[in-house]
Amino acid sequence: MLDSIIEVKNVSKIYANGVVGLKDINLNVKRGEFLVIVGLSGAGKSTLLRALNRLNEISDGEIIVNGESITKSKGKKLREIRREIAMIFQSFNLVKRSSVKRNILSGRVGYYNSLFSTLGLWSKEDKERSVNVLQRVNLADKYYDRADALSGGQQQRVAIARALMQEPKIMLADEPTASLDPATSVVVMDDLLKLNQEEGITIVANLHSEELALKYATRIIGLAAAELVFDKPVEKVTKKDFDQVYGRLEKEKTSKSNKTKKELVS
Amino acid sequence: MNTLPSRTFAQKYHLKFVFWLILIVFLLLISSNITESDLLAFFQGDSIQQFGVILGKMMKPDWSFFPRIWEPLLETIRMALVGTLVGSVIAVPVAMLSASNVTKPAVVRSITRFISNLIRTLPDLLLAAVFVAIFGFGPFAGILTLIIFSFGQMAKLLYEAIETIDKGPIDALETAGANKVQVIAFAIFPQVLNTFLSNFLYTFEVNIRSSTVIGYVGAGGIGMLLQTVIKMFRYDQAGVIILAILVIVVLIEFLSNYVRSKLT
Repeated sequence: MLDSIIEVKNVSKIYANGVVGLKDINLNVKRGEFLVIVGLSGAGKSTLLRALNRLNEISDGEIIVNGESITKSKGKKLREIRREIAMIFQSFNLVKRSSVKRNILSGRVGYYNSLFSTLGLWSKEDKERSVNVLQRVNLADKYYDRADALSGGQQQRVAIARALMQEPKIMLADEPTASLDPATSVVVMDDLLKLNQEEGITIVANLHSEELALKYATRIIGLAAAELVFDKPVEKVTKKDFDQVYGRLEKEKTSKSNKTKKELVS
Repeated sequence: MNTLPSRTFAQKYHLKFVFWLILIVFLLLISSNITESDLLAFFQGDSIQQFGVILGKMMKPDWSFFPRIWEPLLETIRMALVGTLVGSVIAVPVAMLSASNVTKPAVVRSITRFISNLIRTLPDLLLAAVFVAIFGFGPFAGILTLIIFSFGQMAKLLYEAIETIDKGPIDALETAGANKVQVIAFAIFPQVLNTFLSNFLYTFEVNIRSSTVIGYVGAGGIGMLLQTVIKMFRYDQAGVIILAILVIVVLIEFLSNYVRSKLT
């Protein structure tokens, strides 16, 4: 029980329009793991990740985080569980008009009441913490800049700094490198790896790139058409496993190109 | 295969368009007939001559009257400012309750939207007349009118602005364990602040103009003075007032446009 930090039990998700997002997923994430979820767009990666901190509701099953059911929690209890689970996003999700400072401090709101946080009455320790987290992603000189003045890679690292303000036990990363160039992607992934190895933060990341998945993960799971198709430590993942996940694409591609050919002929 | 698609007769000759055009012209003629409006009346009889006489008098403004218009002119601006400010502040929570990305229950949204829609349908002249009847002549009736008008306009503009914001920061804040107030303060408010200020200035502009009009029914400000002098057939004084209003409106529009251009 203690070594599992996230338990996903028989989780299914059916959207209002009838589309199946997740089909009976079972998964245990162990403390300190660097878990990577691979799969095609639309396979359910984001749906699964966003279910873990309940940004999306699930239709069936239960998710236990750190021994407590996030599925059954409400109000203050839910917010306290969420505080332990930080998240970074494909589009960074910074408030572009706000300063880097304010963006970072907003990661700490879970520890404050409405009045104090809204008025910006941060404690001295938290102000120092905000400088400290920014130093950890090597961007301290951008502290007073507006977020939209930064490059994509810098924005993602500010987002990591904001996530660190939560002092999380778990970090979810939803396609963290999809909007970045290959070189910047490596910088961001290295930051995540550092957090994983030096501070023992459990990482769950969605990645498109097979290469990045193999390089950083300790364990990889594959999703295809809302179902879990494999779940293996990185050493045991084979080419065949990836084909199983991405294989669909080949089929679709061929059927599509056949179609276009047919249309042309007629 | 590689030919143009064939079109029906109706498509070819734009029958739909022709139909609507004929219908609109027809309705226009009927309405004009029923309301007995006649463009030619403008040129018939002594109308045009009368027009010339009044215009002629206005063209010789009585500049000695100028010092008397200062006070009501300032009153008009004050009315517009107070009205816009109070109305906009009340509009903020209502806009939050009307925006689908802030307020989840559809029932609440329909109620607040219904209220602000209803308020927007009330013509400001009517409101002013009612308030003058209740509270008597003077700027208070005018300010109440402008508060209600500004509220209706700002609530709509603001909730539409809130609905178009980037949803990402809301996700990020919720992830950090933020409550509703914190999500609004950190993720929503900074994203709509500039739009809010810009709309505020725009509403202020509109209010300056409409506060001169509602003054006409006795709701204070320069409009009230204008009505008085016209009743006394002092078109030379009316000329001064109209020129002053023109200058003020243009000045405020210019100022507001400048500030809004800086708000990006």
